[in-house]
Amino acid sequence: MLEVRDLNAYYGKSHILHGVHLDVGDGEIVSLLGRNGVGRSTTIKAIMGMVDCQGSVKFKGDEMVGLKTYQVAHRGLGYVPENRDIFPTLTVRQNLLLGQKSARRTGRWKMDDMYELFPRLGERADTQAGVLSGGEQQMLTLCRTLMGDPELVMIDEPTEGLAPKIVEQVAGLFEEIRKRGISILLVEQKLAIALDISERLYVMGHGQIVFEGTPRDVRENAAMRKEWLEV
Amino acid sequence: MEFFLISLLNGVSYGLLLFMLSSGLTLIFSMMGVLNFAHASFYMIGAYLAYTLGLKLGFFPALFLAPILTGLFGALIERFGLRKVHRYGHVAELLFTFGLAYLIEESVKVIWGLASMPYRIPAVLDGPLFTLYTTSFPKFRGFMMLVALAMLFSVYLLLMRTRIGLVIQAALTHPQTVEALGHNVPRVFMLVFGGGTALAGLAGVIGGAAFITEPSMAASVGPIVFVVAVVGGMGSLAGAFLASLLIGIVQTFAIALDWSLAGMLAAVGIGVTESTPLYSLWKLQLSQVAPVLPYLLLVLMLIFRPKGLLGTRAD
Repeated sequence: MLEVRDLNAYYGKSHILHGVHLDVGDGEIVSLLGRNGVGRSTTIKAIMGMVDCQGSVKFKGDEMVGLKTYQVAHRGLGYVPENRDIFPTLTVRQNLLLGQKSARRTGRWKMDDMYELFPRLGERADTQAGVLSGGEQQMLTLCRTLMGDPELVMIDEPTEGLAPKIVEQVAGLFEEIRKRGISILLVEQKLAIALDISERLYVMGHGQIVFEGTPRDVRENAAMRKEWLEV
Repeated sequence: MEFFLISLLNGVSYGLLLFMLSSGLTLIFSMMGVLNFAHASFYMIGAYLAYTLGLKLGFFPALFLAPILTGLFGALIERFGLRKVHRYGHVAELLFTFGLAYLIEESVKVIWGLASMPYRIPAVLDGPLFTLYTTSFPKFRGFMMLVALAMLFSVYLLLMRTRIGLVIQAALTHPQTVEALGHNVPRVFMLVFGGGTALAGLAGVIGGAAFITEPSMAASVGPIVFVVAVVGGMGSLAGAFLASLLIGIVQTFAIALDWSLAGMLAAVGIGVTESTPLYSLWKLQLSQVAPVLPYLLLVLMLIFRPKGLLGTRAD
């Protein structure tokens, strides 16, 4: 479904990604791991067309490099930014409405599905999103992207700073997303959730993919974990 | 009492005109970060277009058409000018709009000439609306207030009650996130720039008829529009509304008052005569310094409250 080949990205003059390659198959959950600053977030931003890049990003066979961000989104790629980038002055409902790409197009997710998955969002539908708790905001960013009916959703650090109970809820949502046939590319720093839910994992270091394998491969390779993941 | 009420009405109507002018500037700035130096030039274009169209079609069709044409021109400027300059940063954008203001002024001189246009208030709106004690309040001033309030209401509905309004509100602060959700943010920017310049055009249709339509009209209102935007708070429409009324009222009252420091000192028993040092300063009347007051407010605001009355961004 998603094939990234030889992806190079730049912030101004600094060269951030050095030939990244990765694949995500239909309905697959794939994680991209690595320490802070190795280029994980930049990789998904480059896929979305949010940073200058060279190389190839094929989604369902079509080249994405060179398209504008909104065009990439319209092809079916969803992006959930880190730091809970909600629209603080708009209500929860309005945030979700903005997730829809047009007023007419409705996909496999309806507003009520979101409220069912996260009753808190339903209860606070008319509250300004800025006053929600961190966990609620994280759910809102996820749900907002799902409202746009993506076929592959890229999620940046969804569990950062969340209470363990909320992390469980988020993991539950990933299961729900997979059930509906949507692929996930998950960017994480922590191993725990990624090892539990992913089918395959990539590890990044210095702007490159330094390891790829199954959760079992990661568990068994202590040397790799020590070199590239553990802090 | 009569003086107070009439001055208040005049102040409010002038303030509402200022709001029509500055709301577009505020919208454009808050969304795109572009400080549009040429904003008042679109006000001038609105006035000239309304005059020219009005000759053939009459005032009321021109009232609708001139802002639309001004807005289309603004949208073209954004699409083929500003958007290209955008990648070089805000300073380049500022210089671009600065140059644009001159270009528009010179073009107006070439097309319409140096003299002022005989653009007048239409007969139906000429004359007094009502008489308060002994002073009459002109119909056109009332019309000006009506148009400004209708505009305020429409902009409010558009921003708060429509889907495109939601996209605009969200893109004000999070353009990248909005675009990643699949919204064509560059097109939204073009619409906002076009819409903002159309509002300036509308103010021009009204202001041109109420005051004077000449090539220097942009330069004469340009600075005051910036004062409104800064005092209200860059990026806040509600702030621009408050600041417009405040400046409108302050200026109207100041022009009509002959208070001076010398007079105030005399009232508390301190005499100021020609032999007092700095006599010319003491005897300056409020009406004489009225034109400076908005800029004094601007400078004080920037020193003591740089984000303005209701502004959200300090950068």
